[in-house]
Amino acid sequence: MKPPVFDYVAATSIDMALSALADAAGEAKILAGGQSLMPMLNFRLLRPSILVDINRIDGLGYIEDDGAIIRIGALTRHFQLETSAVIARHLPIVSHAMTHVAHLAIRNRGTIGGSLSHADPAAELPMLAVLLDAELLIASASGKRTVAARDFFLDALTVDLGGSELLTEIALPKLPRRTGWGFEEVARRHGDFALAAVAATLTVADGAVMQARIALTGVGPTPLRAGAAEALLVGRALDRDATERAIEAVRGAVTPDTDLHASSDYRRHLAGVLVGRALAVAWRRATAIGAKGGAEANP
Amino acid sequence: MIKPRDITVIVNGVARHAAVEPRLLLADFLRHTLGLTGTHVGCEHGVCGACTVLIDGDSARSCLMLAVQADGRGVETVESLGRIGQLNTLQESFHEHHALQCGFCTPGMLMTATDLLRKYPLASDDEIREGLSGNLCRCTGYEHIVKAIRAVVGKGGVAR
Repeated sequence: MKPPVFDYVAATSIDMALSALADAAGEAKILAGGQSLMPMLNFRLLRPSILVDINRIDGLGYIEDDGAIIRIGALTRHFQLETSAVIARHLPIVSHAMTHVAHLAIRNRGTIGGSLSHADPAAELPMLAVLLDAELLIASASGKRTVAARDFFLDALTVDLGGSELLTEIALPKLPRRTGWGFEEVARRHGDFALAAVAATLTVADGAVMQARIALTGVGPTPLRAGAAEALLVGRALDRDATERAIEAVRGAVTPDTDLHASSDYRRHLAGVLVGRALAVAWRRATAIGAKGGAEANP
Repeated sequence: MIKPRDITVIVNGVARHAAVEPRLLLADFLRHTLGLTGTHVGCEHGVCGACTVLIDGDSARSCLMLAVQADGRGVETVESLGRIGQLNTLQESFHEHHALQCGFCTPGMLMTATDLLRKYPLASDDEIREGLSGNLCRCTGYEHIVKAIRAVVGKGGVAR
């Protein structure tokens, strides 16, 4: 189908976009990469009065190394994340995960700000934002605020973002030293949305887990952190018993939906399997680099 | 009534001017406004890949872009690759390897492969398959398409 009638403005600055959003009083949609918004318009699931195109705003797509943090402009394309040397060095889990995000033609256009704002319940970037304790910088005509990724995702396709607000920057803390990571996903076709996916990091010292982070997507309305499973892993080596207990904790914590692609039971089972695999890989990476230290030593 | 916007798009190296409604899809601008029907429209929601073109050199779904967004940009369609009797290396390879039957997916396959060949080493057939996973073909079973692209990788890519 074809999109419904809408007005259109190509903003050339953040202020111009914010002022257009304020004028539209909640009836506008922000057009970033368009890889989710345009299908919804073509299906006429949305009928905004105006599209505020942010693609012509200079300086909204960037990846900056800022000490302990990597700052990513909201308009940064998936392909830039996938191929950035800064991301590969400090957040290799993000580089790897991007190869699971759709296809090249989609990654050339899709943006990190768009993916997080759209919040598909099976998307990879919202899961990574939650895993990596991202801070999101949000602007509106009346000011700026920051929100933690863990508080940002409210429900399927629903985030803490008002109709006149624009997500402008994503701040991701670099992986701590002696941290290994694992990313596991199952999808029906490479590049499709995940039936379930798991991302995990383990920070290891003296043969024991100091910090464990586990995030999941595709198994609920929002990406989630498996807090109970994380707590079980801390203070000991990752052995078979610890892994099994973490898997059980994750399976107890998720209530996936049944849909055309997979049943709830299958997704719950799959989530556990993927947690086990992701933890094993993260542990192997963390212990392999233990003596050398530094996330950049990750394979 | 939404007022049409004047745009200038460099299509296959030629500046094309038009007044378009904001809601006009780039795919429909190419096909209906300009008459460049080489770009095919299948699903209109970014899944089938038939409408893939290059925007400033990067592959993109022309059904997921508005014509107004292409204002001032360079768009390359399948018509830019070669002509009958003068196919480019990739098209010649598709011909040689029987990489098409009905031809509906072919423009998208060619434009996708053009971008893949520039950006990825495509060292294995799995990498080629992964790269093509966003383009649907209902005739060939993909095998011959993979072979056609493999042969071009072996020749060191497409000179364009």
